[in-house]
Formats: sequence, C-alpha cells, structure tokens
Amino acid sequence: MSGLESLYQELILEHSKRPHGKGLTDADAAGRTGTSHQRNPICGDEITLRVRLNPDDTIRDVSWEGAGCSISQASASMLAVLIDDGEGRMPQATASDLIDGFRTALRSRGTIPLDEETYGDAEALSGVSKYTARVKCAMLAWVALEDALVRAA
Amino acid sequence: MTSSPPTPTAAALDPHALRADFPILSRSVDGHPLVYLDSAATSQKPRAVIEAEVAFLMNENAAVHRGAHTLAAEATELFEDARATVAGFVGAEPEQLVWTSGATAGLNLIAYAIGNATAGRGAPASARVALVPGDEIVVTEIEHHANLVPWQELAARTGAILRHIPVRDDGAIDLDAAAAVIGGRTRIVSVTHVSNVLGIVNPVAELVALARDAGALTVLDACQSAPHLPLDLPALGVDLAVFSGHKMLGPYGIGALYGRSEVLEALPPFLTGGSMITRVGLDRTEYLPPPQRFEAGTQPVSQAIGLAAAVRYLDGVGMGAVHAHERALEARMGEALRQIPGVRLLGDAPAAERVGLWAFDVDGVHAHDVGQFLDSRGIAVRVGHHCAAPLHARFGLTASVRASTALYNTVDEIDAFADALAQVRPFFGGDS
Repeated sequence: MSGLESLYQELILEHSKRPHGKGLTDADAAGRTGTSHQRNPICGDEITLRVRLNPDDTIRDVSWEGAGCSISQASASMLAVLIDDGEGRMPQATASDLIDGFRTALRSRGTIPLDEETYGDAEALSGVSKYTARVKCAMLAWVALEDALVRAA
Repeated sequence: MTSSPPTPTAAALDPHALRADFPILSRSVDGHPLVYLDSAATSQKPRAVIEAEVAFLMNENAAVHRGAHTLAAEATELFEDARATVAGFVGAEPEQLVWTSGATAGLNLIAYAIGNATAGRGAPASARVALVPGDEIVVTEIEHHANLVPWQELAARTGAILRHIPVRDDGAIDLDAAAAVIGGRTRIVSVTHVSNVLGIVNPVAELVALARDAGALTVLDACQSAPHLPLDLPALGVDLAVFSGHKMLGPYGIGALYGRSEVLEALPPFLTGGSMITRVGLDRTEYLPPPQRFEAGTQPVSQAIGLAAAVRYLDGVGMGAVHAHERALEARMGEALRQIPGVRLLGDAPAAERVGLWAFDVDGVHAHDVGQFLDSRGIAVRVGHHCAAPLHARFGLTASVRASTALYNTVDEIDAFADALAQVRPFFGGDS
C-alpha cells in the first residue's frame, strides 16, 4: 500500500464524506454537558464538540460541528461511532483510556498500531502516525472530547 | 546607482543549467524527483552561496569593526563590501543599508524605533517620526503578519489608530479606497510590494504619492519583490523597505532594512548595546550614525557575506531574465489551473503585473489534503494561511494552497504540478 493510500484509506475518505455525529445536540437540561472548542492554527481545522453525561456520570453521547481536512473530519466521525458503541452508558474512564491509547499510537511515528477490536474504524488512522504534520489533525476531536469531559465535571 | 549588469536580451534564462548550481534540487522524495514549488516560503541556495559562507569561516573569520589585527581587517572589509553589494542590488548607497536578521526583524525595528521616538528618545531629530494619540497608521488587508502585527503593537503603545486599505475581489488593491483612507492624520503607510499569497505587484508609486501628499512615512515590504523583480528602492520613492536573505537564495538569519538617509537619521535605535555607540558612560551613551546605529551586537557576518554571494549570483543571471522566466511559468501555471474543475485561483486580476506564484482553493478538498496528495508525488507546495490570515478571511477561506516558483523551476515541473492537481478531486471523491 503506497504511503498516500495508507494515510487515506477508503474508510477515512468515507467517514470524511459522511461524518457520524455531526450536528451539535442541545445542551442537556437534565444531565451535565461539556462543550469544547479546538483549533489547529497551522491549517485551520476547527471543531466544537459536545459531550452529554447521564446522571450516573457515564457518557450519553457526543456530537460535534466543525470544518477541516479529511483526516480531522474522519477522526471526529470515528470517535463519535466509538462513543456510540458504549450504547449511551460508556464510563468516562473507558473514554479516557481510549483517548490515551489513541494519543500514544498517534505519537509513535508508526511504531505502535491501533488495535482494531478496541478502536473499530478508527484503527484506519494508524497510518497518520507516520505523518507527523497530520497528527494534530487526527488528535483534534479526541483532545476536544478530553477537554469537554473536564468541562462537564 | 545600481550594480546590476545589463540584462541579456537575447539569452533567456536556462533553468536546467541553473539547477546544477542547486544541489538539493537533484534529490528525490519517496521515489519521485523533487518538484520544489515553495520558494516563497524559503528559496533553495546555490553552491556559490553555501561556499561563500564556508570560505569566509575557513579563511577570514574574525570580529568585524573591533580588531586591529589583519584577520579582523580582512573580515571587516568583506563585511562592508557585502553591504555595498546588497545595497547596490536595490539601487541604494551602502550607508542606507542596515543589516537585520530578516524582514520581520526589520519591520519590528522600524516600529520600535518610532515607538522610542514617540517616547522622546532621539529628540529633536526624531520628533518628525514621533506619534501622538489619534495619529493613523495605514496598512492593507493583504499584509503578511510581519507587516501587520508590529503596527498593531505600535498603535496600542502610542494611541495611534490602525487603518486598512481594502483589496478588491480580483486581488488588486483598491486605490480609490486608499485615497479615502490615507488622509490628514496618516503618519505611516506600510504596504507589501508583492503579496505572498496573491502574487500581484501592488501600485507602489500611486500609494507613495498618496502618502507623500499626506506627509506620511512610507514603508515597503519587499520580501516577494527583491528575489523576483529588478528593484530600485530610491526610484520607488519609499522611505524605508525591508527584505530577507533566505527568500532570495541567501542564508537564514540575514536581511536588510533600506532607508533614505534623512529618515534613518531621524530614527532612534531599537536594540542597543555594543557596536552601535560612540561614547558610553555609566549613565548615558551616545550613538553612532546610521547604519551602525541599528546594528547592535555581533552581526551575522558570515551570513551577510553569503547574502552578497546570492546577490552576485542573481546579478549574474540578471533580474530582468529572472522576472521574465517566472512570468512565463506563472502564465503557464495560471492557464493550466484555470482548466481544472473545482480550482479557484486567488487574485485572478486580469493584466496584473505578477511574480511567479498562485494560491488557490480546491472545492470540497481541504488545503491540507491537497498538499498531502501533491507531496506523495514529490511536489512541495505550501498549505495554510501563509501568515496572512486576514487576507484569507477576506476571501472567505481559512487556508489555501500556494505554489511559488523561482529561477530554477522548469516548464516540466509546472506541467507535473498541474497534472497531479487535476487528480486531487477525483481521489477525494469529487464533490464532497
């Protein structure tokens, strides 16, 4: 697989064209909500991500709005799918672990791949770790979720 | 007085011959020959420039202006010869050329010197450049951040008001609006000669005339003109101008500030310390006249010598030939890009005088992805806001892709770039 193809796998292009979780939900009156705005000043990728928590502090859902390169858009979409896999009850600790693992892999310069069982479609972003200029693009939504969870506390 | 030899009218520039002088251009990227279209960010260096710096460090290196020994005298002579060479490249006298670490440093120097004048330093000569609250500083909305942010800071420090000349949709500066903006309170007009995004040569003569009528100081950002056009700063009539070595085949960390003698005389120093003084006491110090007044501390000596070598190289090719060559590349590039569906050229003003660069947007594909695709073919372009975020906002964008040429680029490279660009939208799925 050429470098370009390992970076822009079909899954990434699909997710960037039909992104999951796009469209901000209203802040939740009943439970708690955290909203984070992140920008990548180098290329202008931008995201606003909202996380809504259940009364028991588990994650109900994430939604987002933003514009940017296909990597940043696909990454946000794949993150939203992953959170949805928690069926509206993902423990925050699970989300934090996912974010930490994602960050470790993305910063590994291609040495640590993402595990497909754990990360689902997001595994396709493993190729980004060889392109240090694009790591921030892939991390944007995940940093936003991390920040939004802090704000929801 | 210019040191440029007459431009050869018969022999056009041969980029293939010139490329042999630039070692880096023969490398490949991931199996593809390098197509370097990012000279507006930084230019590649010919062997002559690299070797000039090395030769100096190997043979004559010593402290300039300070030593009584032979080596110091040799180094000083080379350093001042370099000043004369670079001054001559822009039509100036040696004493009108201040060494800086680059255009950004030069623009900050001017802004801070004026700020110091405003605080009363350098009086009485500096009174003519001092600002009072309500005075106006005028720039355009297409400036590189280096010619915008220092003026924002100066306005904030002095109570002056920053105003902007707008650009038209086709990328041309709106001279009618400029005439309305430049007026009785205008004290400084600072504009770019050639936008690093739009590539259009701005109407400097008209802007200087408007500024002169208002009694305002003119500052010119010549970063994208000095490497690509024959330049005669005294003839342009600007009071001050800056340019950077690394954009004109020269080393990093060296640039120049040109100033009309009476203007440089009026400016108090910005950076102070050694080398720019006549007499130092514990409590007060007297300063040297320009240009040394603005050259505090040890100067980038080997880099200055490298820049002089770059000037000699460019003069050897002839700036007229350089401009003609890049114009031909620009025309071919523009023509090819206009044929590609979804590509929108920024600043497509008809009949504009230009240098060899185009910035553009690709419909439905983010600039970063365009750049990545081109990189996979060995083609180096720049993506982002190119340090001109307000300009991008004016055109409804956060980022664009910019391809910029220099004397070493070829027609084949332009064609390879256009071919690759035509495949970008299909790769990313057409209209997304």
